[in-house]
Amino acid sequence: MSYTENDLAKDLENSEYKFGFTTDIESDRAPLGLNEDIIRFISAKKEEPEWLLDYRLKCFKIWSEMTEPSWAHISYPKPNFQGISYYAAPKQTKKYESWDDVDPEMKETMAKLGISLEEQQRLTGVAVDFVMDSVSVATSFKAKLQELGIIFCSFSDAVQEHPELVKQYMGSVVPATDNFYAALNSAVFTDGSFCYIPKGVRCPMELSTYFRINEANTGQFERTLVIADEGSYVSYLEGCTAPQRDENQLHAAVVELIALKDAEIKYSTVQNWYPGDKNGLGGIFNFVTKRGICETNAKISWTQVETGSAVTWKYPSCILKGDNSVGEFYSVAVTNNYQQADTGTKMIHLGKNTKSTIISKGISAGKSHNSYRGLVQIHKNAHNARNFSQCDSLLMTDECGAHTFPYIECKNPSAKIEHEATTSKIGEDQIFYCLQRGISEEKAISLIVNGYCKEVLNQLPMEFAVEAQKLLTISLEGSVG
Amino acid sequence: MLKITNLHASIDGKEILKGLNLEVKAGEIHAIMGPNGAGKSTLASVLAGREEYEITEGSVDFDGTDLLEMATEDRAREGLFLAFQYPVEIPGVSNVNFLRTALNEIREYRGESSISAKDFMALVKEKSAIVELDAKLASRSVNEGFSGGEKKRNEIFQMAMLDPKLAILDETDSGLDIDALRIVANGVNTLKSDKNATIVITHYQRLLDYIVPDFVHVLYDGRIVKSGPKELALELEEKGYDWIKAEFAH
Ligand SMILES: Nc1ncnc2c1ncn2[C@@H]1O[C@H](COP(=O)(O)OP(=O)(O)OP(=O)(O)O)[C@@H](O)[C@H]1O
Ligand SMILES: [Mg+2]
Repeated sequence: MSYTENDLAKDLENSEYKFGFTTDIESDRAPLGLNEDIIRFISAKKEEPEWLLDYRLKCFKIWSEMTEPSWAHISYPKPNFQGISYYAAPKQTKKYESWDDVDPEMKETMAKLGISLEEQQRLTGVAVDFVMDSVSVATSFKAKLQELGIIFCSFSDAVQEHPELVKQYMGSVVPATDNFYAALNSAVFTDGSFCYIPKGVRCPMELSTYFRINEANTGQFERTLVIADEGSYVSYLEGCTAPQRDENQLHAAVVELIALKDAEIKYSTVQNWYPGDKNGLGGIFNFVTKRGICETNAKISWTQVETGSAVTWKYPSCILKGDNSVGEFYSVAVTNNYQQADTGTKMIHLGKNTKSTIISKGISAGKSHNSYRGLVQIHKNAHNARNFSQCDSLLMTDECGAHTFPYIECKNPSAKIEHEATTSKIGEDQIFYCLQRGISEEKAISLIVNGYCKEVLNQLPMEFAVEAQKLLTISLEGSVG
Repeated sequence: MLKITNLHASIDGKEILKGLNLEVKAGEIHAIMGPNGAGKSTLASVLAGREEYEITEGSVDFDGTDLLEMATEDRAREGLFLAFQYPVEIPGVSNVNFLRTALNEIREYRGESSISAKDFMALVKEKSAIVELDAKLASRSVNEGFSGGEKKRNEIFQMAMLDPKLAILDETDSGLDIDALRIVANGVNTLKSDKNATIVITHYQRLLDYIVPDFVHVLYDGRIVKSGPKELALELEEKGYDWIKAEFAH
């Protein structure tokens, strides 16, 4: 009995979005709108090298010629790309040398998020990078990681200090031409996280980044680049929150993972961007491109728990390029009220004996819509490729919807592909059974839902699993009907 | 402890319980028998608080409070336990986690602090021994993949864990092999005291050789139509229900 759902649910009386506060910190921001000058402004603010400005401008040109995709099973007012500020940084003249230098207001924000760095440093040994709006504000544990040659820093710092790695790998898995939002991100990204694990090193702690959108009318466009060199291992965590606002805010991130020969990357996300209110007003548009590439014998495992955002459009994917490489995708996506999610994965099998596993658990409540969209692609030379997919949908009400769009493209006859799908309504009988044992309805739902998601939650590191369970409970409170 | 007076209940507009009377005192064991579809499980569900049923008339007093006014979970917390005829599966939720949640909710209701992990595990060990439940079953998901007999045994294990005032066992004996029947009956007898009471719903007099009832009732067409000492069960076994049906048909 490691942890129990009931331990967690205790402090969760408040069903409102509990991260809906804003932090009062003077900020330095770009004027609204997007054009070449804004991009120059961002690049100048960040004192970037010439090559990066050129890259941005090139990507901006690509983006300008693209149109927004509309194939996903979601509908939303198109964002006004000229109504957004593309750069907002907490005003702070000097860089933080130590934890003591960090703005107290900022610390308070982190405390409210439940991720006080001091606490984390002391108790869990998790290294945290905290990205508020566009700028990474604190990275702890740097020294300890440095000893092992691990680089874990903000994307901006990586640009300054490790330009060769950034140049070599940025855009190598998700090129700007990939899609509309990836192109936009490539042009205007402001910060994010960077991580490099040297050959043969097993990163001794979970590396984690918290993203938060604080300013009004800003978008967040962060980039994450994780490079695991040959034979290395890293587990990376990403958490997201945003304040409660009536207007929609745009989040368009790009995450690239590179697992070289024999390397393994475990990437876990708990996404809890503000979902909008009960009537569907406000909330984050979460349009994210996440992809990893596996060289020979490498493994990438994506685990995500998605409870937030008004609209989510996201397909963490694996390119299984090397022979014997392995890709995994474990996902729980919860939608409530008027939330919409279109999420899933792509497993691209290029190498021989490549293996992929997809476990997707959708939970729809209220009037929400939840879609799984997955592509399993077996290329000509991918002999003996294997895929197992399981997509389950749980409906909490009669008004919500669950949709499954599995696509399979197989060009090699030796492939073995299995797909299982189920849809079920949360059982009155199960709830009655729990009630009869003295368990309240809220707790019963939390138990049943957590049980339903167990295979995915088990993939998360402990602290994250606990947080994820809390979120599931909060997002589904009062949702059975 | 329990006093049911003129209870009428219907589902989807169909009346199932038609003026049922029953009184159970602390320390007693009552057996309810009756043909299929008579309303035995309905009675159990209504007492436990299943919402689909509409109570149109009558009252139920449980230790001085109006049972029908209480929420389902509060009835359980006040000590009413139902061993289901068809226990449901809850995938991904371990039996121990489920029971710990239940136990702590009940304790909280009574103003007690939650049970420590150590005490809880000790309790699991003690109570699973009573019904000889395999330790592996305790850590598996609630009823998932359990055999029919294992599910029934698990119900009694849960009963032992929650220590109810009034337990209603709905055909807990059906599907049990002879050894399991003895074990389950033995469990029920071990848990019996002068402070609690048990209602056993069964079709077979055989169970009553092990769990000896103080009273046997015949439930027919939504009413208790006959009550008597344990010998009534033998008579029913011998003669079937036709003579009762003939007497009460309308
Ligand atoms: N939703 C419903 N609509 C109409 N009738 C129902 C409904 N649910 C149950 N019934 C009926 O109520 C009657 C009583 O059922 P109940 O399950 O209480 O019988 P029982 O005495 O427990 O029988 P058994 O010995 O077979 O377990 C049955 O005739 C059943 O068909
Ligand atoms: Mg029955």
